[in-house]
Amino acid sequence: MSLIVLVWNYLKSRPLNTALNIVLLGLGTAVVTILIVISHQLRERIDTNARGIDLVVGAKGSPMQLILCNIFHIDFPTGNIKLHEADRIAANRLVKQAIPMALGDSYRGYRIVGTTAAYAAHYGGELAQGTWWSAPMEVTIGSAVAQALDLSMNATFHSNHGLSNDGHAHEAHPFIVKGIMAPTQTVLDNLILTSVESIWHVHDLHSADSAGSVPSRLVPSVSAADSSREITSLLVQYRSAMGAIQLPRIINGQTALQAASPAFETARLFSILGLGVDILEGFAAVLILISALSIFIALYNSLKERRYDIAIMRSMGASRMRVFVTLLLEGVLLTFLGCCFGLLLGHGVLFLMETFMDAAGKSGFTGLTVYPEEGIILAGSLLLGSVCALIPAWQAYRADISQVLSRQ
Amino acid sequence: MIQVRDLKFRYREGNTLSFPDFSVERGRACLLLGNSGSGKTTLLHIIGGLLAIQSGSVVVNGRELKTLRGPVLDRFRGENIGFIFQRNHLISALTVRQNLLMAPYLAGLEVDSQRVDIILEQLNIADLADKSVHRISQGQMQRVAIARALINKPALILADEPTSALDDENCERVIRLLLDVSAQNECTLLVATHDQRLKSVIETHVPIIHV
Repeated sequence: MSLIVLVWNYLKSRPLNTALNIVLLGLGTAVVTILIVISHQLRERIDTNARGIDLVVGAKGSPMQLILCNIFHIDFPTGNIKLHEADRIAANRLVKQAIPMALGDSYRGYRIVGTTAAYAAHYGGELAQGTWWSAPMEVTIGSAVAQALDLSMNATFHSNHGLSNDGHAHEAHPFIVKGIMAPTQTVLDNLILTSVESIWHVHDLHSADSAGSVPSRLVPSVSAADSSREITSLLVQYRSAMGAIQLPRIINGQTALQAASPAFETARLFSILGLGVDILEGFAAVLILISALSIFIALYNSLKERRYDIAIMRSMGASRMRVFVTLLLEGVLLTFLGCCFGLLLGHGVLFLMETFMDAAGKSGFTGLTVYPEEGIILAGSLLLGSVCALIPAWQAYRADISQVLSRQ
Repeated sequence: MIQVRDLKFRYREGNTLSFPDFSVERGRACLLLGNSGSGKTTLLHIIGGLLAIQSGSVVVNGRELKTLRGPVLDRFRGENIGFIFQRNHLISALTVRQNLLMAPYLAGLEVDSQRVDIILEQLNIADLADKSVHRISQGQMQRVAIARALINKPALILADEPTSALDDENCERVIRLLLDVSAQNECTLLVATHDQRLKSVIETHVPIIHV
């Protein structure tokens, strides 16, 4: 016999009420847990995807769109820029590395990116099978693409114009899969990589003879003087901190191009997302508050029924303090169970979402990681339990046992 | 075992009760006889340490109760006194065995499961041990309540109206049972009652009259 057994039996003797309280608190806790897990993993993902890219240079438009499209591959391109203008920026002495990006086509929802080997290298992409693309129309695909579209080595496919499935197909120019990358947990997993030339080729822009002239810095197969070629954007890494001060000003002020900073735009994105998170947090807070109230009412009501139990316990030698602790423990045990249920529910929901969603719908969040904030939730729930139980416990502490026992 | 001297009790409403001086020897049985409202339950609660002594002296098992306070008094009560209340209240969330085990646990004594079996055997309710309290009859509940009062081997059993709601036959049976188990466990028995039928079984009695 111990207090825990007693308290547990008290909770068991009111199964519906106990279940209601556990579910109420569990729902609130689950929402908070999901928020914590998602915001952690979203931040991690945004950080890994934007890491090492100091500036994105593209056509004028929304800077956030530029970032979303060229780094996270979720929005549409802002337009095209001239290759020779991009070349000029790449040649700036403040630029350490510049990676060209040619976007706009896709295959069954997965984006085709015309770029250079430096892009895959930047994200630590490694081959699982085959080789990197070399000739035009050769592609190396991300691990998630290979899995979801069931594309194997040397498979061929026709790309679609645009980033959705309803764009017209580029029937005349099939791509061939030359390699499949190992998973990287970055955007690379969901991309189809090819050369910039392939993108031009699909759009029937055959290279003019560039023999004899200086080759382009970004795409060496064409002449630096060629003014017809276009790409979507340029991912820039600064040589020094000076780049951060000067380059955006030069680009935004002196050229027809736009420069956007991933760090600044993602911070802005978070502050916009923050509003949604705030609303959800408020919702969770209301749920938790209601459950706290419900636990308080349950304990308070059960105390009325248990006045005699408490008097008997005192007559058997229990001190006031022990009676006080018994009720406190009941509140704490209840919130502890509710909180554990909520943590499991939160992680379980994320896990099931990830397991049963089809590949294209995968959010990439895993329910299997536990974060330190969840310890704070647990500690907070125990505190909440003691607070809810405080008034009933105090009443039990003060009860006049003789009066209770002599009432017929 | 019990010595009561010059004991007075003043209720919050202002009524004052004076109790007669009396004493009960170890191992004996005694009735506190009085009508409803005469204050016999109050006296029982004072002797049991549930109510504080305001004036006078009560010595139980060699200890002056006035000198005991708070947790020390609670512990003294748990170790030395077994209560049987009129309502035979059991903790309904627990089984019969768990109810009995609560007594040594709350008194801070060693919890001895064998002792539970022995007591249940003495009271002829060994088969109820693992039943929920909801599933036993009133008569059985009273036996469990008696078992609970005895489990800690108290020096003194205080019973408040244990028979007043019973018919003659059951009244006789219950008071015999109380006397038997008290003798078996070497307890002193003090019964507060207005039930005149008990006089024929327990000869020693203290009349409590509201003055």
